[in-house]
Amino acid sequence: MGKKFSNLLLEFARLHRFLMRFFREMVTPPFEFKEFIRQCYEIGWRSFPLISLTGFIVGFVFTKQSRPSLEEFGASSWLPAMISIAIVRALAPLVTALIASGKVGSQIGAELSSMNVTEQIDAMEVSGTNPHKFLIATRILATTTMIPILTFYVAGIGLFGGYLSIISKDQLSMLSFFTQVFDKIGFVDVFAMVIRSVVFGFTIGFISTYVGYYSSKGTEGVGKAANSAVVASMFAVFIEELLIVQVLSLFS
Amino acid sequence: MSNKNVYIDYDDCVIHVNDVSKSFGNLHVLRNVDLKLYNGENLVVLGRSGTGKSVLIKLISGLLMPDSGDINVLGQVVNHLDEKALRLLRLKIGFSFQNSALYDSMTVRENLEFPLVRNKRNLTRMEIDREVEEVLEGVGLLQTINQMPSELSGGQRKRIGIARTLILRPDIMLYDEPTAGLDPITCLDINGLINDVQERYKTSSIIITHDLACAKMVGDRMVMLLDGKFERQGTFDEIFATDDVRVKPFYDYNFIV
Ligand SMILES: Nc1ncnc2c1ncn2[C@@H]1O[C@H](COP(=O)(O)OP(=O)(O)OP(=O)(O)O)[C@@H](O)[C@H]1O
Ligand SMILES: [Mg+2]
Repeated sequence: MGKKFSNLLLEFARLHRFLMRFFREMVTPPFEFKEFIRQCYEIGWRSFPLISLTGFIVGFVFTKQSRPSLEEFGASSWLPAMISIAIVRALAPLVTALIASGKVGSQIGAELSSMNVTEQIDAMEVSGTNPHKFLIATRILATTTMIPILTFYVAGIGLFGGYLSIISKDQLSMLSFFTQVFDKIGFVDVFAMVIRSVVFGFTIGFISTYVGYYSSKGTEGVGKAANSAVVASMFAVFIEELLIVQVLSLFS
Repeated sequence: MSNKNVYIDYDDCVIHVNDVSKSFGNLHVLRNVDLKLYNGENLVVLGRSGTGKSVLIKLISGLLMPDSGDINVLGQVVNHLDEKALRLLRLKIGFSFQNSALYDSMTVRENLEFPLVRNKRNLTRMEIDREVEEVLEGVGLLQTINQMPSELSGGQRKRIGIARTLILRPDIMLYDEPTAGLDPITCLDINGLINDVQERYKTSSIIITHDLACAKMVGDRMVMLLDGKFERQGTFDEIFATDDVRVKPFYDYNFIV
């Protein structure tokens, strides 16, 4: 019991050091701009197909499932307003973060831990390249910038899915659909979406690089790291969502 | 070991491990060890698995920090250097890892370029290519330049790993079990390469191994790590002129059984 507790404290101390190191590397030159761009490509662009499909399906299915309950009150004309709120306030950031936890989290976790196991990170360090800067800071920054962009994209494609779902039953022009959608979304909603997705993006990058960098040696360490990067990222995203919702409700 | 054309300066100590201890939790790996590497020599470190040989050279390259004692490399105390000074010192130390540690997302060319591009930012494309090809030629693997590490054999990977460290023209080379897991003929190749590097690049090297043929071929001097200390040292024959049950089996296994 005492040992478990002290291990937990040690883990927190290590997490804290890792975090501080990240902030230090971020403000001290040289900046690894090229590697950052490459990571943005790996993390952002490569997730596009999966994210597109998921965003579209979520928008489409959510709209379809919501229709009956609104129809019951004869309020199916409220559909655009409803899905815009649902997608912008909750679905887009959450869906993007969960998909990214799975895809990007496992990718980063596995990559870094296999580099760790095969001493590639040590090799980098002894040949004069700072792995905290080159491998870790670039990845965390890349998730922190790409996941917000992906979130906006998911919101757009989700709304488009919703629109297609609506016009499969009703007549509605794209223009009037989007007019109703934007009518309902305020600046605060967009702002909240940015905050959420930045927080989620940072969390996913931070957790996955941490888990990969400190993975146990041996090949089973790689699988374990990939797995715990996903599980821990998803868990953290849900906890943060819960907290953010509480905080936001104070403002409205 | 006799027909090498090298000059060893026994007045110039390039690495001095001074009274160093290192433990992990309750595991005392190194206890107050002392070790000197002289300019131009190949020093072989022998020892059983798990005795801390890899830990020793990780301490020398600053990947690990000692619990006590000092490690002096080329006149600088590794464990007291700040990050920048350590980075500069490391450029003078080549580290050949136990499992080669090639970057497996990069081609052979990119692997070799990596240290060069990142540490000498003013080189032109042509200069980089020339350097890469020259070192690769030196280890006899120019034809693999566009291959991925996963397509190479263990011996080839080892040589590419050595080439990658040579590209920065280090003064000191650290080889972690250069012949482990290779067939005898490839081992001979690698041993030849280690001697070749010593002659051509005028390096001082520490070679960690439990392959006695390798030790005999490349070592100018040998030390043996036993129970966390360097207890025996000298030439090959001096080391094994003993009945110590911790030493004799090494010899017997390699040459008698
Ligand atoms: N970073 C570390 N954390 C905890 N223990 C470690 C660490 N590095 C090494 N050890 C332990 O130190 C001991 C010596 O390890 P080392 O890798 O130096 O052995 P070695 O002599 O190189 O053996 P081998 O011939 O198998 O490579 C081992 O018991 C190992 O478990
Ligand atoms: Mg070892």
